[in-house]
Amino acid sequence: MIVLEKRPQPSRAWSLMTPVVAVVITMIAGGLLFAALGKNPAEAIGTIFWEPLFGEYAFFYRPQLLVKGAPLVLIAIGLSLGFRAGIWNIGAEGQYIVGAICGAGAGLAFYPMESVFIFPLMVLAGALGGWCWAMIPALLKVKFGTNEILVSLMLVYVAEQLLASVSLGLLKNPQGFGFPGSRNLQSYESAFNAELIEGSGMHWGVVAAFIAVILSYVLLNKHILGFNIRLTGEAPRAARFGGVNPTRLILFCLGMSGMLAGLAGMFEASGPAGQISIDFNVGYGFTAIIVAFLGRLHPVGILLAGLLMALTYIGGEIAQSNLGLPAAAIQVFQGMLLFFLLALDLLTNFRIRFAAKGAA
Amino acid sequence: MKLTKLLATAAVALGLASTAMADDKTKVGFVFVGPVGDGGWTYEHNKGRLAVEEKFGDKVETVFVESVPEGPDAERVMTQMALDGADLIFTTSFGYMDPTINVAKKFPKVKFEHATGYKQAPNVSVYSARFYEGRAVQGHIAGQMTKSNVIGYIGSYPIPEVIRGINSAFVHARAVNPDVQFKIIWAYTWFDPAKEADAAKVLIEQGADVILQHTDSTAPQAAAQAAGNVVTFGQASDMSEYAPFPRVSSIIDDWAPYYIARTQAVMDGSWESANTWHGIGDGMVGIGEISDAVPAEIKASALQLKAKLASGEYHAFTGPLNKQDGSAWLADGETADDGTLAGMGFYVEGLEGDVPQ
Repeated sequence: MIVLEKRPQPSRAWSLMTPVVAVVITMIAGGLLFAALGKNPAEAIGTIFWEPLFGEYAFFYRPQLLVKGAPLVLIAIGLSLGFRAGIWNIGAEGQYIVGAICGAGAGLAFYPMESVFIFPLMVLAGALGGWCWAMIPALLKVKFGTNEILVSLMLVYVAEQLLASVSLGLLKNPQGFGFPGSRNLQSYESAFNAELIEGSGMHWGVVAAFIAVILSYVLLNKHILGFNIRLTGEAPRAARFGGVNPTRLILFCLGMSGMLAGLAGMFEASGPAGQISIDFNVGYGFTAIIVAFLGRLHPVGILLAGLLMALTYIGGEIAQSNLGLPAAAIQVFQGMLLFFLLALDLLTNFRIRFAAKGAA
Repeated sequence: MKLTKLLATAAVALGLASTAMADDKTKVGFVFVGPVGDGGWTYEHNKGRLAVEEKFGDKVETVFVESVPEGPDAERVMTQMALDGADLIFTTSFGYMDPTINVAKKFPKVKFEHATGYKQAPNVSVYSARFYEGRAVQGHIAGQMTKSNVIGYIGSYPIPEVIRGINSAFVHARAVNPDVQFKIIWAYTWFDPAKEADAAKVLIEQGADVILQHTDSTAPQAAAQAAGNVVTFGQASDMSEYAPFPRVSSIIDDWAPYYIARTQAVMDGSWESANTWHGIGDGMVGIGEISDAVPAEIKASALQLKAKLASGEYHAFTGPLNKQDGSAWLADGETADDGTLAGMGFYVEGLEGDVPQ
């Protein structure tokens, strides 16, 4: 008979091991899925994980990993702060949208003026927009004790309506023949978040993601605020006795994650996407939740997880086009990753015992 | 900076050239915005792809990627197809417009075809269908089928294509039934069965007994079926699983002839950038079978209208027509020009409500 026994301490080894094991099991289960669809599993897995990194056209895909991974990492870093303290911001997608609207809006307000101050202003506007949107659930929580999970999630749908509204009205391209969507910022030099080195994929959003990783690492390991965040998550009672102010912590964590999500949206709208349009958001805010957990809420882990997630997206598209795999199979494959990770998390806190029958 | 850009572009172009020459099959790529099983918009584009395969057999290889979000992801998918040696790439959603132009610049030898947009380039064509001609037939039937004189309309986004459809359906419904009213709900989605079903239910509660939809799922059909006495029309695809009632007819997007012709042009080396806007006459817009739920005389006059639209004898927007605010738009006998239609942002006289801004 198999018995689960609670570990006195969460296992450090398993905590580090589970993401790796989860990836391996996902490859096996995914391989079975692809085989069931009549594809060669080794070829499919190889296409997804190998082709973008070392294939014939890796010179194009490697920079794309940064482009696709940067918003995920940026958002996930912000989310991880709150998640560590037990503050659940599920609405990063909404903050991402509002950040993009504010950032792009700030730039478009000056069109066609060229100035070096426009882009920094857009960065500020994007950060502020995301921060404000996250402050709604934060203030409601500290004032009225509402549940931040529900409020932040619901605000995603509000933000989507807002996005549709500005795409069709306020920010609509006046030279767009009545079609929705803003001007393309890629052709507005002062507002364009271009690649810093051509062909490298490095735009300001990627830089910001790396900075966020470093600052978050410092915050969590060297700063009293980071200590308070971890303490609140691990031992809420001790934190309260230790004089941690929960209100300030909620405002900080939600505000910070909203700000980073807003920045991600702004960098995306002014760079790779180039414009605000009705379907601007593609789910980075939700995928970042997976990335945060896959990275064990640890800054370096999140960086790696973000790149891994980007790899499955890009490799998945190649597999669709080259092998004719349906998009749904790729999505199932990505879902498996989180599923196995969460399932294996059990091993961090429990150990499996094979006990004699009746002994339990 | 300039030099590195040049080099990067050259490298990309070279990479393409080497693979494109590797085999003599013509490779055609398709970028789809929804899943190929959506039963509507993407489903029909994929049927066009399959028709290309069937027509050319071994001489052609087609590839596709489905559910590609509009924006940088689309740009990556197109680049990937071009790198992998595609000769011709169809990008089948309006939101792919700027990505298509961007990628086309990097791959001057690859031909691109963008659906429903307005930006052309030497290697980028644009194509769309005159769906409003189908809407005219729809309005003609709907105006006579309604008993409550309330027709519900599920709009996707207030863009010219959708507004054109509403105007065309309304003009032709009023022509046969002066008392008819339109109630319009904007779903702000192209494909979301839950939202579309909600919109249909709200319209039915408001007294609509005919529902027209400009969204792609069959959810409104199901809602009408549940209500029992509500007429619907298939959108983008025939949706014949709901025939003969509630679905009494449909507008079918038939991309196959165009896709075959353009693939042929690439094979012959005669491909040129073009702006194509085909209607019923060229076969890009099809009218699905009008079911027996429609009285014979209505069916006959609807088919007659269809024939006149197809032959060009009659234009769906023929004056006298006024704009919603009462100002004159088209004089008696005057027909709308393509420029005005392409950017249509106003309702015609008689419609209630405002175009959302």
